[in-house]
This record gives sequence, C-alpha cells and structure tokens, in this order.
Amino acid sequence: MPSTYEPIATNTLGSATGTITFSSIPSTFTDLILLANGNSSTLVDTYLRFNNDSTSGLYSTTRLYGNGSTAASDRPAGQTNQILAGDFSTSSNTITIIQINNYSNTTTNKTALIRANIANSIVFANVGLWRNNNAISTVSMSTSSGTFSIGSTFTLYGIKAA
Amino acid sequence: MIGNITAGLYATGSLPTSYESITTVTVGSGGQASIDFTSLSSYSSTYKHLQIRAIVKTAFANAQDGLKIQMNGATGASYNYHYLGGNGSATYSGAGGASAQTFMQSESVAGATNANIFGVMVLDILDAFSTNKNKTLRTIGGVDNNGSGVVEMWSGLYLSTSATDSIKIYSFNGSNISEYSHFALYGIKD
Repeated sequence: MPSTYEPIATNTLGSATGTITFSSIPSTFTDLILLANGNSSTLVDTYLRFNNDSTSGLYSTTRLYGNGSTAASDRPAGQTNQILAGDFSTSSNTITIIQINNYSNTTTNKTALIRANIANSIVFANVGLWRNNNAISTVSMSTSSGTFSIGSTFTLYGIKAA
Repeated sequence: MIGNITAGLYATGSLPTSYESITTVTVGSGGQASIDFTSLSSYSSTYKHLQIRAIVKTAFANAQDGLKIQMNGATGASYNYHYLGGNGSATYSGAGGASAQTFMQSESVAGATNANIFGVMVLDILDAFSTNKNKTLRTIGGVDNNGSGVVEMWSGLYLSTSATDSIKIYSFNGSNISEYSHFALYGIKD
C-alpha cells in the first residue's frame, strides 16, 4: 500500500504575523489537513479563506461550542467572506485541526470540518462552506485582530486515496 | 509577505507508511443505494485501526440527510450510539440503544436541495480487527447549506467482538447516495 499521509509544508513563525498562507498546493492529494498550534497577541477569532477569495456571500459557518459552563450553536450572519475556524489565545496554546476533504475536485462546493480547542476556555466543532467549485490551491488562516505569536506552528498535510 | 509559504517543502516518499489507503468509492451517475466495504478481515494482520473520510450527498429531498452504518451485515439489536450536535441556533444531544441496522444516524450530510453542497464526515473505527473488544466508532461530520446546516459528533458501539469484515453505509432516509460522493477507506498500523 502506498504511504498517503504526508506533510506538504510547515511554518513555525519566527516573527508575529496576522495571516498564514499556504499557496501552490498541489492537486495530487485527496484531502488536506491543516494543523495549527500556538498563541496570539490577544484573544482572537481565526478565519479561513480559500484561493484568496474574500467575496461576501460565498462563505458560511455553522458552529458548535462550549466554554465550560454552557454549550451553544450559531451561524454568524456577518461572516460571509470567510469561514470561522475558532479562536487563538494569549494564555493557552490553541490547537486547531481543519479537514478539507476532496479539495481539488471541480464538481462540488468545498466544505471544511474544524475542531479547535483553547484548553482553558473553549472548545469548537465547526463546519464551513465555500460556495465555489474551483480546486483549492491556496489556504489562508488569519486572525480577526492582532497576530499569531512567534513559535506558533502551522502544518499542512495531504492525504491521498487509492 | 510574512507567513506566506509555498507548498512543497517536504520531499515525499521518505516517510513511515503507518497510514495507508485501502480503497476508494466514488459514486457514479445515478447514485447508489449504499457504500459497501467488504472482505476487510484480510487486512487484520496489517492494520489496527480504520478511518473513512468522505464527502457525501444523497437524493433526499430535504436540505439534510443522515447516514446509517452497519457492520459485518449484522441487522439485530446490537448497536448503540450517542451524539452531540449544533444546528446554528441550538445544541442537542441524544442516544439510542438496542438499535437494529443502525449504528449511527449522523444528520450531517447534504440532501438534494443544494446541488453542489456536500457534507463531510470522518469516521474512525479503533481496534477494528480485535477479537476481544466490542467495536467502538466515532464520527465528526457536518454540512453547511448557506443558511442551514449542522455539525455533529457521534460515538457508536457495535456489540460484537468479531473482527470487522464489512462496513455498509447508507442513507438514513433510504435515498440513493448521490453522484460525486466520495468515500475513502484508510488503514492505520500500530
């Protein structure tokens, strides 16, 4: 059987930045997984965009989250130009795992499945839609304000089906 | 731009082969009633865990449908499940026991109302080939229909210590699984 779960690229931040972009992603895999682990300069929402598309109305996110005392679900109406990926925190490492299945087909809209945790404050399960059939060649993750901190790691993996 | 990197930093083909593709089903024109992975026990000495990664749509007329999962062809009351979900306005949780023909009913795949929107699911079967343990599954799945949708997590129990030999996945509402739906089965080694 062929090896099929492979790192495509990784970035450990040497300087703080508000946006991480993986570009020129090859279409040779079946699924993508983006793993983010780090901190931010302030408590922020994190966003996901594909192919640098910031068109309003093309994105939607359904969220399920719990903060240690209550659970809730929402679909933020004001976030239609990006997927809500979760939060990043100053005080506790955030782990975000983003699954993008069948990212390179040209027959379906693209849906991302997201699990994000800030261990001392909140846990998310999100599903996000990009209403575009184009193959994904660029994935960007950004903060709502402030920056991802030095030392934060972002790794993009590819999974290839037989 | 800081933080902007171009993919391809790693050379491929030099990594351990602990996660491998077993087989893939891409649904063709007209759809099909179920996805059937069979003769899996032949992998019992090769892999410890199984994972199914999918994008799914069914012909069900409503915006959302679900999936049932059946193992080893067992149709008796040998399944149990728990789930937690959110639909964009509320959270919900539930459970079922002594369930026949149903392992999980994840209402997290797309129905026919949005032509190009597919739900996403990742299903793990841990210790899939153990002959000492009942089989435990977990899924995370969801669909966002641009105004509706759900995201859900399920755990499921198949009350059998038999090694997993077959997995059948089919629509909760009896609809065909639609063209372009894609199910990929992977094996994970110790």
